[in-house]
Formats: sequence, structure tokens, C-alpha cells
Amino acid sequence: MATQRYTKEHEWVRVDGDTATVGITDYAQEQLGDIVYVDLPDQGAALEKGAEAAVVESVKAANEVYAPMSGEVTEANPALADDPAKVNGDAEGEGWFFRLKVSDPGEADDLMDGDAYKEYLAGLD
Amino acid sequence: MAKDRRPLSELEQSTDFVRRHIGPGEADIAAMLGVLGMKTLDELVEKAVPPAILAQPAYAEEGRDEARVLADARALAARNTVFKSMIGMGYYDCLTPPVILRNVFENPGWYTAYTPYQPEISQGRLEALLAFQTMVTDLTGMEIANASLLDEASAAAEAMAMCRRISKSGSNAFFVSRDCHPQTMDVVRTRAEPLGIEIVEGNHETDLDPAAVFGVLLQYPATGGEVVDLAATVEAAHQAGALVAVAADLLALALLTPPGEWGADIVVGNSQRFGVPLGFGGPHAAFFATRDEHKRQMPGRIVGVSVDKRGRPALRLALQTREQHIRRDKATSNICTAQVLLAVMAGLYAVYHGQPRIRAIAERVHRVATILADGLRRLDVTVANATWFDTLTVEVGDAAAVHGRAREAGVNLREVDGSTIGISLDETTTRADVENLWRIFAGADEAGFSVDDLDAEAASPVPDGLRRTTEFLTHPVFRRYHSETEMLRYLRRLQEKDVALDRSMIPLGSCTMKLNATTEMLPVTWPEFAALHPFAPLDQAAGYMRLIRGLEDMLCRITGFAAVSLQPNAGSQGEFAGLLAIRRYHRSQGSTDRHVCLIPSSAHGTNPASAILAGLEVVVVACDEGGNIDIADLVAKAEAHSDTLAALMVTYPSTHGVFEEAIVEICEIVHRHGGQVYFDGANLNAMVGVARPGEFGADVAHLNLHKTFSIPHGGGGPGIGPIGVARHLAPFLPTHRNLPGAEDGIGAVAGAPWGSAGVLAISWAYIALMGGDGLKRATEIAILNANYIAKRLAPHYPVLYTGPGGLVAHECIIDLRALEKSAGVTVDDVAKRLMDYGFHAPTMSWPVAGTLMIEPTESESRQELDRFCEAMIAIRREIGQIEDGEFGREDNPLVNAPHTLDDLIAEEWTRPYGRGVAAFPVKSLRDEKYWPPVNRIDQVYGDRNLVCACPPLDAYEEAAE
Repeated sequence: MATQRYTKEHEWVRVDGDTATVGITDYAQEQLGDIVYVDLPDQGAALEKGAEAAVVESVKAANEVYAPMSGEVTEANPALADDPAKVNGDAEGEGWFFRLKVSDPGEADDLMDGDAYKEYLAGLD
Repeated sequence: MAKDRRPLSELEQSTDFVRRHIGPGEADIAAMLGVLGMKTLDELVEKAVPPAILAQPAYAEEGRDEARVLADARALAARNTVFKSMIGMGYYDCLTPPVILRNVFENPGWYTAYTPYQPEISQGRLEALLAFQTMVTDLTGMEIANASLLDEASAAAEAMAMCRRISKSGSNAFFVSRDCHPQTMDVVRTRAEPLGIEIVEGNHETDLDPAAVFGVLLQYPATGGEVVDLAATVEAAHQAGALVAVAADLLALALLTPPGEWGADIVVGNSQRFGVPLGFGGPHAAFFATRDEHKRQMPGRIVGVSVDKRGRPALRLALQTREQHIRRDKATSNICTAQVLLAVMAGLYAVYHGQPRIRAIAERVHRVATILADGLRRLDVTVANATWFDTLTVEVGDAAAVHGRAREAGVNLREVDGSTIGISLDETTTRADVENLWRIFAGADEAGFSVDDLDAEAASPVPDGLRRTTEFLTHPVFRRYHSETEMLRYLRRLQEKDVALDRSMIPLGSCTMKLNATTEMLPVTWPEFAALHPFAPLDQAAGYMRLIRGLEDMLCRITGFAAVSLQPNAGSQGEFAGLLAIRRYHRSQGSTDRHVCLIPSSAHGTNPASAILAGLEVVVVACDEGGNIDIADLVAKAEAHSDTLAALMVTYPSTHGVFEEAIVEICEIVHRHGGQVYFDGANLNAMVGVARPGEFGADVAHLNLHKTFSIPHGGGGPGIGPIGVARHLAPFLPTHRNLPGAEDGIGAVAGAPWGSAGVLAISWAYIALMGGDGLKRATEIAILNANYIAKRLAPHYPVLYTGPGGLVAHECIIDLRALEKSAGVTVDDVAKRLMDYGFHAPTMSWPVAGTLMIEPTESESRQELDRFCEAMIAIRREIGQIEDGEFGREDNPLVNAPHTLDDLIAEEWTRPYGRGVAAFPVKSLRDEKYWPPVNRIDQVYGDRNLVCACPPLDAYEEAAE
């Protein structure tokens, strides 16, 4: 059963067994505006929780995306190279960034669940 | 005797230029002071500038009138001697097409333009730059090129850094072929050291172990002239996971197989020989090309094609997220100002000549080199290289004697060593030159044969496998403008599309777009300044030496520094050199671990980017609510890094346009913890003649001669970024292999000893014309003009930060953030609406997002300041109409701006405002209207669909339908 969690930096992670899928939230894509490019990690890259994993670019800004959990990158979303707009259109679905084979699925427990993230967003304004 | 008879001395008044440079006259100055509630400029300065830093001007020379300064410039020029220089090494004489000289280089419509960040009003120069990029990709055989770098040597260093970023090799070593130009090798070494890159130099055929390096730099043809097949070297490098950068000669590529066709990953070089004068070393546009897959790692500005709101092809700066103004310490490079004007000229040279003439020029140069070689061999002179394009390396018994004979004949040859001489021929080489060379080498009056005698037999030594077979410059733009009339009109059309200072004020904060006076510009094209090779013997450059010493002295006195280096050819380059000086200084004091650089969050993006290049670690210091450096945070961070503190980088007045009162304390805090103060001099226009950074705590500063000291902005270069240093840092200024003292300095940061020497005369002339009093007055008026605008706009837009006395320095920031909530209006919308009013927008969203930073400079008259204020006030009223609901957020004069002729002549007009409001929102525009040639450009489309070379013509035809 997959659990979806969120970070304060507006990444989401869906954990299913020892595979985690990572992306940025709908709130994040709206803040960034039209995405023109996503710089994804290489397959096989080892990421520590909290380390810089990817960079998402609009015309006027480039923002780091951090690994919500530690693991090894198994796949980067091939669709984003040709169509970075997928991140704007479906940030939490087809706009996923990369998948990890996680070393410790328990790391997700520290992160916010859906309700907690909603509350967090409400507090931001 | 008439009562109002003035004495002759008054009639002879020699400070007339000050009145020409400064916008407002006496009456307007008094009136503007009145608006601020003040009586005198002294009062303004006393209120605006913190007393702790006020200083009497140390540069107290009297200003001289224009005729006198021109005469003085002529006297300097007369001390230079123009020989025929055949030294080569990346610099070759050439013929600037007169139509380009007069209509571009000497035309304020081109040289006073800013970097094209507002693309809708910059389509002309963007098109010229696109031609430059296309010319480069064609000739190099690569897939994408940028819009220029500072010089070939620094471009090679950028290539090294890019190889490092891309390469998956674990190695830290970079191989540099000894075939590279020596000055390139020097700059690469200077740039490698702080990054911890190990440079391995040698013969690429025998000394290169590709598995041991992450990248390789080759030169094609070699500095000694050889044309070598490098394909196998490239292949071997790639097999081992290393990347290959090739420094190449652009003209040679018209005849030789280009590096893109034998696997090069990056190609760099100097485009100077495509119609740009030697200028004693610069300014010249370096080119940089790579493969499409590496485009995001490429440094420098890139022009790309997008579409505007009407679907028309429109040009813009693409992929800006690579650059320092967005990426800061993670940028691909620290470069900001590049060499746009010179790139424009080189691109237009290709447009004017087209493939046939470029090929003919290349073949002619190659032929005369071959004839020369054949003749030398007939005279039993040993030509060392078996192949060449334009350069021969010749072995002689007594090189000194040959050089002596050459000098007597007015010729400079390359001094290689006691028995070796280099000869490089170029577009200007004549048959007489070749016959002259034979006599020089033979040591005889006659060679015994002529050029004609040898021509029929002259066989090119270039092996078949290295002869170019592919076409280049195939795009129609390179085929159409080959008559002078066609070219003249094309240049005029391009110029018409752009807004430069010849049309209106360009109030860009921190850019200081002041007058670039004609008198200052005239000497630049005199042959005595323009035609000297950077490595010509210095006794032929006595005029330049005097000019350089004179300018160095002027700048020292103005800034309070002990020594100045004019070598860096941009502010970013100066930052790098200054930080390196600091690092070297700390090492000389025994502190090897000082590597932390404190940088305020409000700093210009080049600051952190330069710090990274200098091998420093960036630690950001917060700003407080007033926009000033947070002293508590500074103290905390200085303490936390006390043992490892190398420097603080500070801009003063701040990037917020404020004279921070705590500046002296800030410098003291840094010094107390063993750090040095690096002063970013971008805002010096608020201080000249009023305060001296060298005296209130700065240890080193860069100046921007293309801001404060009148070198025109050129559309994004040339720039000059000299550094001034306190006495203790003087031993660590940039050096050059051609000058004594190269051992202890930091090394060279540019290929030429005095960087872009060819435009130094502009700043020298500006200072000479203004004199000490004039410079001070310019500063006073710069501060007055900015405060006047702030005062007039404050009721309509909040002014974000102020300093002492509630005043700003020479620029002010107005805050538009609330308008996004109340009317859905962004700074972009205001910037585009200003185009309808005939203005270039102020600096957008820097240093604070959602704001506009306005710097009028002292050169703008009250009329122009008022015209700008009236436009801004009218725009605020339009925004009010959106707030009131009169206009919708999706359909109003701002969101639809800029309005074009196409908009106006459309059959249907369904907007909630009239055509008059759209294009002529104020009456004065009826007499003088600038029409943006395109509607708002789709930036997102441009970055998602990157096209960086001239698009096929049918793209334009389709759009027109």
C-alpha cells in the first residue's frame, strides 16, 4: 500500500515497499510558474535524505529539489525532457521526477501526511 | 564700455564640456532642489552621504574643453607607431568594412544600447547576434554557440570549467597542449589554480594520457602554424571519458575541416579578425560553441528564437537560468557584460562578405603564406612547419638580426626565441609585404623572384583529409546584403528596431547609462590606437603607455587606492582578479586556510559566482528590514568563521541604492577578523569626488569603466573592470608574460596585458574633460536626479529603501508588489507598458523581486526625468482603472503591452480602451513615436523550444499570414 508524504520544501514522495516516487507538489508548480526544464539525477546516483536531487527551472528561476528520503535512483521520468509542462499540468501524477530504491522506508514517517501538508500550506500565506 | 562686458577669461571658459555631459541646467537644478526642499547641492550631499565617508576630491585637475582634449589625445596617438604586425597568436589585422565602421562602431544607435533583457525593444541587435551565433556554429561545425565571451584565453578557461562539470572522469587534471597560444595557457593556469584543477602541459601526441584527465585543450591550427589532424586524439580522449575543447582560428575554418566534424565537444576562439580592429589587445568578441546536449552547461548569454503574442518569430536571451543573475554561486560562469558590440561587428562582417568572400579571403591569406614559404625555402631559409594556414615558424641563425631588419622595414614578427621567428599573414597582407619579408630574411636588397613567379607553383600543404568540404553561411541573411546600399539599409532597419540612449533615457539601476560623448569616442578609431597588435614592442606604444599610466593615476586618485590594474575586461573579471589578489595576500601572510567569503544577500549575482571561481566558499549575510547589511548577522558570521575568513564583498552605495551608514563599522568588523574588504564599485557613480573607497575601508575594488566612466554599454559589452588595490595588495595584481614581474603576481586574467586597451581612451578622455570639479558635479547631479524621481513618484509608488535624511543615493527602488494583489499587474507588465511610452524599463526585480530600480544618471535633463515620471504616473492611473474594475485583469493596456502597429491596424478592435490610449497614451508621443517591432515575447516557449541559429525564412512567411 502506497503512502504519500510531503516535505516543507514542497516535495511529495509516494512509498510502495522499497520504491519511492518523488515529485514536487501542485503548490510548488504554481509558485514556480511555467516550467521549462527539469534537471534530473542520473540513474544509479546515491542520494542522502535532504541532499540536492534535482533542479526545476522556469524562465526566471532555478530551484533545488531535495531528496525526501535516502536511496539509489532507479529511474528518472523520461517524459519530462520533451514535455516539462507535465509538471505544471499534473505535478503529483504524470509530472513525477524520479524513483528511488529506498534504504529505510521508515524515513517517510517524519514527513507530513496530506492533512498536515494542507495545514502547513494554509499557514504559509 | 558696455556694462555687461565679460572678461576674455570668462569667454574662454574651458569647462563647457561639463555642461554638455550634465543634463539639467542651473535653473532646473535649482528647481529640483526646491522640490526636495533644499537650496544647494552641497546641502544635498551633506544630507545624503554619511559624514564618516565624505572626503575632499583628490583628483583636482581642471577639466579641459573638447578641442583641447582631442589635441591631447592626438599628441598621445602621435607617440604610437603603427608597424605592420605579423605576430599572430590569435590577433590578426583585418579590414573593417567602412559601412560597418561608420554605421555600427561609430553609431550611438548601436553602441549606447543596453544588454537585450527587454527583447521587444532589442530585436535589431538580437538579430545581429543571432547572425554571429550562426556564423560560429557554421564555421566550427558545432550545434550551438553563445553571443560572445570576453576573450579567447578566458573562453578556454570557461571551456575547462565546463569540461569539468560535464565529464564523468574522476580525474582532477586538465591537459593543455603546448600548441596553444601562450597567453591562453597562462589564463587557463590562473583560472585552474583556485579550482584545484591540475594542469598538465605537453605535446598532445606524446604526453597525453587520456585516462588521467577530465579534459583536453587543443589549438587548431597550432600557435606555430601547423595544421594537424586531431581526430585520433579526440577519439582517444572520448574513449577514456575525457572531453575535448579546441581553440580554433575562425578564418582558417573556412578552408579546414572544422572541429565539429572531428568530434570536438567545445570550440572557442577570437572573432577579432572578422572586421574588428586590433586595438592593442581588445575589445574583441570571443566565440564559444558546443553540442546541443551540453547547452545548459554553456556559459555566457545565448540568443534564442521564440514567438511573440501574435505568433511572429521574435528573438530573446534564452536559458538565462544558467547565468549568474539567476543562479548566483551555482551559475555556469560569473560572466555578465561580454563583448556584444564586437560580436555584432564580426557577425555583420560575415553577413556582408558571405561564404564566397570569406572563402576568398581565407584562400588569399593561405596562398600568400604558401608563396612566402616557397620563397623562403628558395632563399635557403628553414620553414619549420610542414603544414600551415597563415602562420610560418622559421628557423634562422640570428633572430635578433632578422627582427632588426624587420623593424627597419616597419614590420613586427613574432619573437619565439634566439633562432626562431613566427610570421602570421592576414587579410591586409599585400604582395609587397611578402616581397618585403623575403628581403628581410635574405638580408638582401632583392630576393631574385616575385610573388607572381611563385603563384602558379604554390601548392597548399594542407592534407586532403583536412580540407573543408562542407558549406557554411548558407542562411539567406549571409547572401542578401552584399551591396553597400543593401547593407546600409539593413543596418538602418536593425537600428530602428532598438531603443538606445540616442532615443531616450535608459534608467537601469546599477547600469549607469550616462552620456558616451562623441569626443570621448573619436580617438578609438584613430589608427594609432586601433591598429596596434597587443604584443607589439612597447617602444612602438609609447602613447598607449602614457595613456595607461595617466588613467591608472586618475583612477587611483579618484578612488584612494595605491595601484590599479586595467587588465580585467569586465567587472566580473575584476571581481575574480580582486578575490585572487586577496587569496594570494592571505597566503603570503602565512594563512593558507582563509577561504570563506561573506556576501550580502542583496549582492549582484556576479559576486557569489566570482567567489566560487576564486576558490572561496560563499556564506550569505542577511539584510535587515531597511535593506542594509544586518550588522548582527555579519558579526555572528565573522565570528563563526574568524579563522577562515578571507573576505567580505560589499557594494557601496548598496545595491538598494542606499549609503549605508554603518559602512565604516562593517569594514572594521571584517578587518578585525582577519578578512579583507572587497568593494564592488558598480555604484561608484554616487561617490566620485565625494568619497573614496580606498579611504573608508576597502582593500580592493573593481570599477566599471562602462558605467561610471563613460565607455558605452554596446548592447552588452565591451566593458572594462579594472581593480584598484590598497598598497598591501599591490604585489598581487594581474601580470602578463610580456611584462616584467610576472613571477609574483596572480597570473594573467586576460589574453592581452591591458585587456581591452582600445577603449581605454574613452575613460581617459571623460575624466580629462570633466576635471575634478566636473566629476564631483556629475555625482551631485546623479544623486539629485535620483532623489527628484523618487520624490515625484513616491505618492504613486512606494520607494522601498532610503538612507540618511530619507534620501536615496544615485538610484531608487519603487515597490510594485502590492499591485500584483490589487490589480494582477507585474513588473513585467509595467516594463512592457513603458515601451508604449517610448521608454526602456528600469531594472526589474533585482535586488528585490517585484520592484523597479531607477538610475537616471547625471546626463538626463529635467525634461526627460519629467517625461519618465509622467509616464510612470499615467501608468499608475491605468493600474488604478484596473483596481476600480474599469479594465479587467486579463484585458487592459498593461497586460496587452507592448502595442504594435499590427495591433493598431487590425480591422477589429475589441479592447476596453481606444487605439489612441494603446499607442499614444500621452500627447507628446504623436510627435515622436517608437514602435516596438514585436508584441510581448513568449519566454516560456523560447526556453522550451530552443532555437539558437537563424531560422529558415519560411518561419517568417508563415507568421505573416
